[in-house]
Amino acid sequence: MATMQCSIVSAERNIFAGEVERVVAVSVMGELGILRGHEPSLLELKPGPVRVIREGGEEEIFYVSGGFLEVQPHEVSVLADSAERARDLDAGEAEKARDEARSALAGRSGELDHQHALAEIEAATARLRTLSQLRNRKGQK
Amino acid sequence: MAAGKEIKSQIGSIKNTQKITSAMEMVAASKMRRAQDRMAASQPYAGRIRRVVSHVSRANPEYRHDYQIEREVKRIGYIVVTSDRGLCGGLNSNLLRRVLREVREWRDQGVEVSFCALGTKGSVFFRKYGGDLKAAVRSLGDAPEASQLIGSINVMLAAFDEGELDRIDLVYNEFVNTMTQKPVVHQLLPLPKSLDEEDEAEDAEQDDVSSGGWDYIYEPDVKTLLDKLLVRYVEAQVYQAVVENIASEQAARMIAMKNASDNAGDIIDDLQLQYNKARQAAITQEISEIVGGAAAV
Repeated sequence: MATMQCSIVSAERNIFAGEVERVVAVSVMGELGILRGHEPSLLELKPGPVRVIREGGEEEIFYVSGGFLEVQPHEVSVLADSAERARDLDAGEAEKARDEARSALAGRSGELDHQHALAEIEAATARLRTLSQLRNRKGQK
Repeated sequence: MAAGKEIKSQIGSIKNTQKITSAMEMVAASKMRRAQDRMAASQPYAGRIRRVVSHVSRANPEYRHDYQIEREVKRIGYIVVTSDRGLCGGLNSNLLRRVLREVREWRDQGVEVSFCALGTKGSVFFRKYGGDLKAAVRSLGDAPEASQLIGSINVMLAAFDEGELDRIDLVYNEFVNTMTQKPVVHQLLPLPKSLDEEDEAEDAEQDDVSSGGWDYIYEPDVKTLLDKLLVRYVEAQVYQAVVENIASEQAARMIAMKNASDNAGDIIDDLQLQYNKARQAAITQEISEIVGGAAAV
């Protein structure tokens, strides 16, 4: 299968670069898969997993906390606000973050806090979703 | 032998100075390595986003963002990145001289100028120099966070949005290598037509991006997306400039302190020679006095 260049960078560092067959990401409008020869696109990403399928079907999962995705026919760039390799994620940490955000929401004081807490819950949930995807994949093998 | 004693104490004080400068040299060397690492770490993002934005500027959308539209320049804003501290050779003064030269050229054309100073040296300078200082950040530290810069960047962007500024330039010291740092001026907004010539050459080979007449599929919509993307682009470029300037600062300080230590060494050698000569002259004189005295007896 034809491959394309993919690179994932976050503000802090280079996360991933290489030849891939397919990229699956979650944009604000929904999940989408990208193959070589895709129409040029510019998408805003939601917090969530970005899956990269390398040549031969080997798959890697990354967690991004929002950002942009640019598609050119021969390359895909992910500009993540912050990105982590999914296997570096910690389920306990993510759950704690979500619970904290929920309790902050319960005792909210103002609209700004509310927005902030909602965003945090979304981010933590997205982390957990990334992890559960990773776990499912391991279960299958 | 009063002269001898004076020289001795002068040597002592220069030796102390030399100790300080050589310690500063070593500190600067290790800080420079860390600053270089940080520069390398944030480079991929800044490079990527520049590439994406240069693709965007060559796309052919129905909508053009304010940041992409050239307008007649009546007032220009300079974001000037300087170091927090001195003792780094001519780094800041070269940079500020470069800025002032640009300012004179603009004023000759009847264009007014505003400044945004990032770094203590710059804010102090512009306070004395006068001019319209819109925003300033002091004490960036060795490892600045993007959040420290966002406030000032927003002030400049807001001025641009309101039409107060018609162009924003970014000035910082480019880290060429340890020995060379070069003040550079980049146009930030409106987006210059060609952002990255190397990149364009590369794209021209692949010839699917360079030819006009295509457009992206935007999600959610082109306006929301470009708003966010271009603000992020500006932040990334300014952050990269600040990080690079810090690496330049440390390199310049390392070189300046190395020179200072070397000069101190030269002066010590000279003084040591003078001291030895004075001592020898005193001894010779004493001997001749003794010999003269003995002959007289």
